[in-house]
Amino acid sequence: MARNPFRSEAEAYRFLLLTVGYFALIVAAAAIATWLGLVVFAALTAAAVGLWLRSRQDEPAQRALVARRGGAGERRILVIANETVGGEELLAILRRKAEGVRAHVLVVCPALNSQVRTWASDEDGARAAAQRRLDASLVQLERDGVQAEGAVGDGDPLQAIEDALRTFGADEIVISTHPEGRSNWLERNVVGAARDRFDVPIMHVVVDLDASSS
Amino acid sequence: MSAHANTHHHGPPIANKSSRIDATVLGMFLFIASEAMLFGAFFTAYFFVRVVNPEAQAWPLEPFHLPVFVAGVNTVVLVTSSFTMHWALQSIKRGNRAGLQAGLVLTLMMGLAFLITQMLEYAQIGFNPSDGAFGTIFFGLTGLHGAHVFIGLTLLAVATVRSFRGHFTPEHHHGVEIPGIYWHFVDVMWIVVYATIYLL
Repeated sequence: MARNPFRSEAEAYRFLLLTVGYFALIVAAAAIATWLGLVVFAALTAAAVGLWLRSRQDEPAQRALVARRGGAGERRILVIANETVGGEELLAILRRKAEGVRAHVLVVCPALNSQVRTWASDEDGARAAAQRRLDASLVQLERDGVQAEGAVGDGDPLQAIEDALRTFGADEIVISTHPEGRSNWLERNVVGAARDRFDVPIMHVVVDLDASSS
Repeated sequence: MSAHANTHHHGPPIANKSSRIDATVLGMFLFIASEAMLFGAFFTAYFFVRVVNPEAQAWPLEPFHLPVFVAGVNTVVLVTSSFTMHWALQSIKRGNRAGLQAGLVLTLMMGLAFLITQMLEYAQIGFNPSDGAFGTIFFGLTGLHGAHVFIGLTLLAVATVRSFRGHFTPEHHHGVEIPGIYWHFVDVMWIVVYATIYLL
């Protein structure tokens, strides 16, 4: 099965050969009977879409090597959190990690958005909400004496991690989620996927906002 | 971008750049999407003409006759030119400069042969673009494709001249790869046009 035919001449060539075969079969079937041509067209199109979707799933995830950017003796911690960014469990862990070392924390808050709004580039509301949560969290960390900066990231948490790693690097990643059953990220196995994708130790912190508020 | 720095920022908003989509890949997707819409508009018009003639026993309607055999030979020539294009690129990847030059020259010649044959077909087909909706769509679609072939030939001519000037190496052959991708897509579009207009 051809992969993305725009990436190389070899892929485009393979795509051409598949197109020749596709239309040859449709034309041959239509020459026998029009309805047969339609059946072959539908069957081949469905098969092509199915194979393409399967080939996308089978593509092995590439494990990104993360370049270290901090100075000697500095520990860089990348935190990915959205609604749980101000959670007490997360802040306690960051305080503990920052004890006794020169820790540099980057908190990234993915701007979660609906698919339709993402496609329409209507991200202002999502980014503003993420920025508000981030600001509150940074104020709290500053009070606790943790040197931290923050950024609003891509709505896809894995993409937000990848973006942050390009400029920040990290010795460790902390992913904060709601408890099982409430967390969309856990349902999507974001933590497992991040462990497969990034060559950095990853810690998962569960923040139960309901328990904290009661 | 620091959240604190953000609160003190003046002037236009800081550009939000994500690595989700690579700029070059996005550019190629947008280009292909625009091409698909362009051809799509013509195909829509073509199928509209067919749909509004449901009583037609044969297509195209009388008095139009298409030279299916000549166009079929032309299709074989164009598809063969893709083989030679692929051969040219595989040759330079193996360091075979003679293969690259021969492949590009053959591709160029076959592309020219296709274009000249199409012009001869236009001259002898017996109708013109002003002869009803079918004539307009036929010349519009095949002419649009012919324009793409012309652009492809221009790119190929540049690559061919460069190959004879000693450009391209097994490691650096971007100037052949890009025209190659474009050429294959011109061929793909012709297969769609030929199968739809001449055969189905």
